[in-house]
Formats: sequence, C-alpha cells, structure tokens
Amino acid sequence: MSQTDLQAGDGADLRFSFDGRTYEGRKGETLAAALLRAGVVTLGAAPGGDTKRGAFCWMGWCQECRVWHDGQMVEACRLIVSEGLEAQSRGNGDA
Amino acid sequence: MRSSWDIAVLGAGPAGGAAARIAADDGADVLLLDEQRRPGGQVWRVKSAARHFASDSPETRAGDAHRAALEQSKVTFRGETRLWHIERKKDIWVLHVLTLSGTAIYNARAVILAPGAREFVQPFPGWTVPGVFGLAGVTALIKSQQIPPGRRCVVAGSGPLAIYAAAEILRLGGEIAAIVTPNSRADWLWCLPALLANPFLAKRGAEWIAQLKRAGMPIFWRHLVTRTKGNEVLSALHVSRCTSEWAPTGAATEIPADTLCIGNGLLPNSEIAALAGLELHYDADCGGWIAPVGPHGQTVIPGLYLCGDGAGIRGATVASEQGERAGMAAARWLKGAPASSGSQRRSHRAEWLGLAMTGLSRPRRGLDSLTTPETIVCRCENLTRATLEAEIDAGAASVEALKSATRCGMGPCGGRYCLTSAARLIEMRQGAAPGTVSPPTTRPPLFPLPVAAIGTEFDYDDLPIPAPAPL
Repeated sequence: MSQTDLQAGDGADLRFSFDGRTYEGRKGETLAAALLRAGVVTLGAAPGGDTKRGAFCWMGWCQECRVWHDGQMVEACRLIVSEGLEAQSRGNGDA
Repeated sequence: MRSSWDIAVLGAGPAGGAAARIAADDGADVLLLDEQRRPGGQVWRVKSAARHFASDSPETRAGDAHRAALEQSKVTFRGETRLWHIERKKDIWVLHVLTLSGTAIYNARAVILAPGAREFVQPFPGWTVPGVFGLAGVTALIKSQQIPPGRRCVVAGSGPLAIYAAAEILRLGGEIAAIVTPNSRADWLWCLPALLANPFLAKRGAEWIAQLKRAGMPIFWRHLVTRTKGNEVLSALHVSRCTSEWAPTGAATEIPADTLCIGNGLLPNSEIAALAGLELHYDADCGGWIAPVGPHGQTVIPGLYLCGDGAGIRGATVASEQGERAGMAAARWLKGAPASSGSQRRSHRAEWLGLAMTGLSRPRRGLDSLTTPETIVCRCENLTRATLEAEIDAGAASVEALKSATRCGMGPCGGRYCLTSAARLIEMRQGAAPGTVSPPTTRPPLFPLPVAAIGTEFDYDDLPIPAPAPL
C-alpha cells in the first residue's frame, strides 16, 4: 500500500482532545495511535524526573502511555477514541 | 451473568483459541478470556474497524480464520477482560478478572493458560525517550491500526521480528532510515536447514528481505543501537558495530530518526503460571523462566494446563498445535479419561524452526554492556544501573532484596520491563550463570487495579461496634 492509499482512507470520523488540544480520530483506533498519527508521542512526565515518556510496549503492559481519562489512569494504547473524548497527560507526581 | 464453567482458557491467541475450540468440540463448556476485544493474540491481532479496507497480510488472514473458527464453535468468548488473580479453592479454580465495567469472578474445574510472550529490551542510554518503541509492540500496532509507527524509522533488534517489522513499515508507506541487527548473515545461514524445512515461512522471510533490498534499505548486520539523542522526543541515534557476543565495539555512526523500534527477543509470560502455584525453571532455549509441561500441556497440578509461547517461545504454528493437544487433554481429564488420544497434529519441523528463531533472537552476553551506569533500568521508578548495583554490592543477592531496597520492579508495570535485567545485573555482579537468580514471587494484582473496582459500598453506620468493656 502506498502513502496515498493511507491518506485516502484518512477520513476523520471524530474529534477528541488531549491536554486541551483538539485532534481528529478514526473510529476504532486507540488514543495512542490517533496521537501518533498527529505526531504526538510524548504522553507524560517521567516519575519524579524532568524527562518525558510516551507509549513503549503498545500492548497495555508497560504502563508508560497511561493518561488521565474520566477520573482514572488508563492506558492510551488500549483506550478507543470516541467523539468528544477528553484525556490529559500525567504530571511527574502522578502515580 | 453466568460464572461457572468446565474449562476456562486464559489468552485467545493461536494456543488459547485452539485449546478452547477443541475442548468445546469435545463437549466441554468453555470460557475463553482475553485482554483484547477480539481473539487473535498479539500475532494474529484483528485490524481496527476503521482500517477494514487495508490489504490483508498472511497474519491477518490466519487471524481471521482463527476468529471464524471460534465464532462457529460453542466457546463463550469474553474480550477486554484481564485476569488479576487466580486461586484454587478445593477443586475449583477461582479467576478474578477486571472488565471494562468493573470486576467479575469466574469459576472453572480446569484451567488452560495460554499467556503468550512479551518483549525483552536491553536497557541502553536514552531508551525511555518518547519515540522509542518495543519492536513486538510496533508489529501489534501495525497489525491493528495499519499505520507506520513514525515518519523516519530505525528498526533494530535480533531475530526475524526486525526484518518483518521493517518490511511492514515499508508496505504501510513509512520511511526506514536503517535496519540494525546484532545477527550476522552467518547466524541466519545456521538457521537455513530449519528454514528450508518450513518452505512457507522461509518464502515469507525471503520476500521481506527482497522487498527491503529493492527499496534500497541499508541493513547493518552485526550492529547495535548504543544510545539515542533527544530529550522530549527522539531526534537521532548512535549505531556501532558489535562482537559475535554482541558487545558494542568501535566508533558510532549517528543516524537522524524520529522513531526507533527495538527488541531483543521474547520472554514467556510466566506470572499467571507462578500465581497458580507452578514452579518455574530456567530454560534458555525456550526464552527464559517457564513452568514445565508434558506433551499435552499438562502441569504438575491436576486440571491446570499451559500451552503456547508462555510454555516456551516456539511461534504461532507450534502454539496452535500445543493448544489443540491441551484442549483435548483438559476435556478428557474432566471425563476421567487419559490425555493420549491417538492422532494429533504435531509438527516437529515447525518446532525446529521456532527454536531456531528463538536462538537467533536470544540476547548474548555482550548485550549487557549496552546498559551504562547512568542508564535507567527500571522505567517506572527511574532507577539506574548504578543505583541497583550499589544495592547489589551492599548485599542484595536476590530480586526480592533489590525490590525492597530500591523499589525496582514495584511500579505500575509490575516489573515486567525491568526485573529480567535486574536479575541479570545480580548474576553478573556475582559472576553467576544466567538463570541462577530467579524471578520474584508473583503476587496479585497482576495489573494496576482501580480501588473502586474491588471496593464495596458501605455505610459507616453499618460497621459493627463492639460493646464497651465493663469499667
């Protein structure tokens, strides 16, 4: 498949927000994948440090991609985006 | 909702799916659980609904056949369900699971574990920077979302996965800056007999390499990625030659890239087996710590079976055959019949190839030197090799001791991504052989669990208050 094919199927199905910015998502894709397509790979702060972290294992195990959603910490690589979904990155003091 | 079953199967990949189907065909009431929404496991992940128009790979087609067979069977499948605890009460297995809507408890007379594998990544400077991804994880992303993992990617790692991932990234329109593998062409030649015995898979591999060659992709044989550059996101990485034992050597070449996909082979997921009461032993040829099983996946605990990569890394074909044998054995055990049942599929050629590929991927001793003293080993707790070694030198001789001294492995990932390296650090510091420092005791919950999911509602007024003691 060529790059053009990818873009041809790129129709935005929905909109969601991450850290207050709006992004376009496709039905059925995960939050981490939708952000990756938008070029966003930094999803939170490293514990106690001043460095950043993002999705790593893409299987829901390493917990590096966890974000705040609906009052809970969830794995962005498992959370399916939906219209109007809101998520926030975690700070370095968050669990 | 129904909660008691003859057989519960944990994991719906090639092994678990086959086990569930065969047991149900033999008349057992079977519950099949998986973390993902649809069966398939990591290797046969389903494409996301938004990507249905994307062209099918052989992996997608194998997965679709697997899902269709399960749908036609009498198996009850529950997806997006995670096991966080397993215990045995009298003769019944009690499974504690976390679902999207809360928790549930299922009971089963027999349990078949098909927990699959996870990836090992040797810690190296800058492996925590966003844009550095696990290689196996990227293949999962490719299969489900059908998108390349970045704009300009370097694919690095041992074994067939690096070649496969690079070919898939190209197919999806991504740019490959380089393929970096510690294997040499000679390592692959050693596997040629096993490959030729499995012509379909050998052809697939040859096609990937041809595709990469046609596209003019540079393949760095006997090389390693030694460090990354970039703070908030990846900007470049360093590549060096390595010895036959995979120790980096010589000057580094800098390659600009926004994405690095890196992996050093697979590790059997052994946590559930350990929590269920099985003892683990070290088997380097099978990928690490595993619970021993018989030819039908039977374990030392009656009614508990283990199959697939979780019983030793041998790949999807073997996993599926093991699953069939375990499913049949469990169904027969419930009826009081012996496990052996005549003709069953068992491909020794596929086992040969699976073990050859595991051997190709398995980290060699020199890889340890990628982890410099300042390198973060435990990602969750931000602990460096130097911090861990200071505690080892102060007397922490087991993973348990290292955990209690430093919190290594006590963060949200549950030690899945650091304790293999931590055990190696202890072994090296003590001059001991690989596999002499065992994994720590597995304790529930196996995954981070919201307190609300297991808490019950109560009223303070309902708390029993004992009568005050007489004055």
